[in-house]
Amino acid sequence: MKQFQGRVVAPGEVKAEALVSHGGLNTLASFQKALQFGDKKATCGDQNNPDLYGHEMAGKALCLPMTIGSTTGGLVIYCACAMGRQPACLLFSRPIDSLAGAGVILADVWLKGENTKMPVVDSLGDDFLEAVKTGMTVTVKNGGLVEIE
Amino acid sequence: MILTPEQQAILNGEKGETLARVMETVVRYGELFGAETLVPVTGKHNHLVTSFGLKMMTPVFDLMQQLIDAGALSGQTFSVDPRPLDKNVPANFLQKLIFNNFMYSKQESYEEQLKQLGLMSDDAFTCTCYMDEVGNKPQKGDILSWAESSAVVYANSVLGARCNRNSGIIDIMGSIAGYVPCFGLLTDEGRKATWIVEIKTTKKPEAQLLGSAIGMKVMEDVPYIKGLDRWLGTDLNDAACTYLKDFGAATASNGAVGLYHIDKLTPEAKELGEALIAEDAQVYVIDDAELERVYRNYPVIWKNPDATPKLCFMGCPHMSLEQLKNWTDKVENALREAGNKKVLIPTVFTAAPNVLDAFEKTPYAARLKATGVITSYICPLMYMNNPLCGKMPVITSSNKLRTYTSARYYTDDEILVKITKGGN
Repeated sequence: MKQFQGRVVAPGEVKAEALVSHGGLNTLASFQKALQFGDKKATCGDQNNPDLYGHEMAGKALCLPMTIGSTTGGLVIYCACAMGRQPACLLFSRPIDSLAGAGVILADVWLKGENTKMPVVDSLGDDFLEAVKTGMTVTVKNGGLVEIE
Repeated sequence: MILTPEQQAILNGEKGETLARVMETVVRYGELFGAETLVPVTGKHNHLVTSFGLKMMTPVFDLMQQLIDAGALSGQTFSVDPRPLDKNVPANFLQKLIFNNFMYSKQESYEEQLKQLGLMSDDAFTCTCYMDEVGNKPQKGDILSWAESSAVVYANSVLGARCNRNSGIIDIMGSIAGYVPCFGLLTDEGRKATWIVEIKTTKKPEAQLLGSAIGMKVMEDVPYIKGLDRWLGTDLNDAACTYLKDFGAATASNGAVGLYHIDKLTPEAKELGEALIAEDAQVYVIDDAELERVYRNYPVIWKNPDATPKLCFMGCPHMSLEQLKNWTDKVENALREAGNKKVLIPTVFTAAPNVLDAFEKTPYAARLKATGVITSYICPLMYMNNPLCGKMPVITSSNKLRTYTSARYYTDDEILVKITKGGN
């Protein structure tokens, strides 16, 4: 087991299977078809992301450096949370970017349902993204501590 | 964050619970990025990214209604991204059924919400709101609360305004609050380049390909680009602005670039030159081979990679008036050379409604129509995001459209050959 300390962006504890993207997550390209056409597992539709394309994102510990692409990104995250199709958590190796940060804050301020929650930790470091592999078990603890095994 | 008494009062709920939550959103968003203060939004108009009544966005429409019901409206009027539907654009029976009755079933009610929230006019639907014909063109130094990645990168880089890569919804929150958090691209430090890009190509690089290469390399960082003035000159004329529009959209969609500086051309680079380059900036050299490598690495996800294209989209982001005129000449000449009278692939050129109005007043409009090319104000990206289009072989020279859909990218010259001379 390895531990990594990050910064809490949205609080919460969770244990989930890791899904790792080494490139930036293009939020619109990844989520749009899934949210539009009732895919509750949120299968990634971003053809440019070989790590994620075709993988189910809902309920996974999504490990990534950052999000990229359209400035609809934040509202896509907001909608994914509102519809209960969000990843179990978002774990960023870098400081969170403005689009993802907006989506996470919007969801935290404006959505109050229990199934809309999504813990988010950022600044976990490049070592985190090198160590964590898709399929590993990830545990997020209060205070931004992340364990992988 | 240090708030003024007025900002603190709003946050404390003295102007109502909804405005307090708007302010909480803006403050927490800023705190996440180390902002110590809020600064007033000074741009005349706002620009929103959310233009489409997609059913999947019902949570957003619910939130908009909360704002309207509470009277939490912006003091600014705004433009917004393009409409997703246009009856002029070819669509089969099944597509029309899905577009109107399923995907965009909220379009009408959402447009009504936009009017209540402060839409500039019924024609203010475009991603290129900064075109002279549209009238939402910020001044240098204006503080904005815009979203739409291609518009933000243009406003920052070409116009010298200051705007972070805000997400949809945050755009309207900042406008309603009247303040945005001061961080990132709003600060002098955040506008410094951490990459030097050296252009060493033997010909003018394709705007959308160059932007893609730089976006994928620098991601969210600010690049200072040297050597492009050789091809674009040192004046921000229509041709240079059109090039930078397409270039910037590709940097923002293939990466997350919110600002670039072009040596000797863009306003801050002209003023400050290499003083804009941060210490220890990384270097990326782009030559012909590098652009070829980037191009050849684009995945083709058509079911049959050799399929004959069924539709061609040009104009993501929306075309400028100059582009529409130039392409009219190019299509006419290429058809003449090929001995054809009309384009061989259904082809749609998209532009802002006001730009199309201006185009219609020129002799070019009738000439373009005679070639069979259709003009539209639609958002190609929104048109294509459905399962039916996923199987449809669509071609484009937009790297943004390629990134978000199954459309296949070709250079402008290749597109011209395909639509006028045919072939796979």
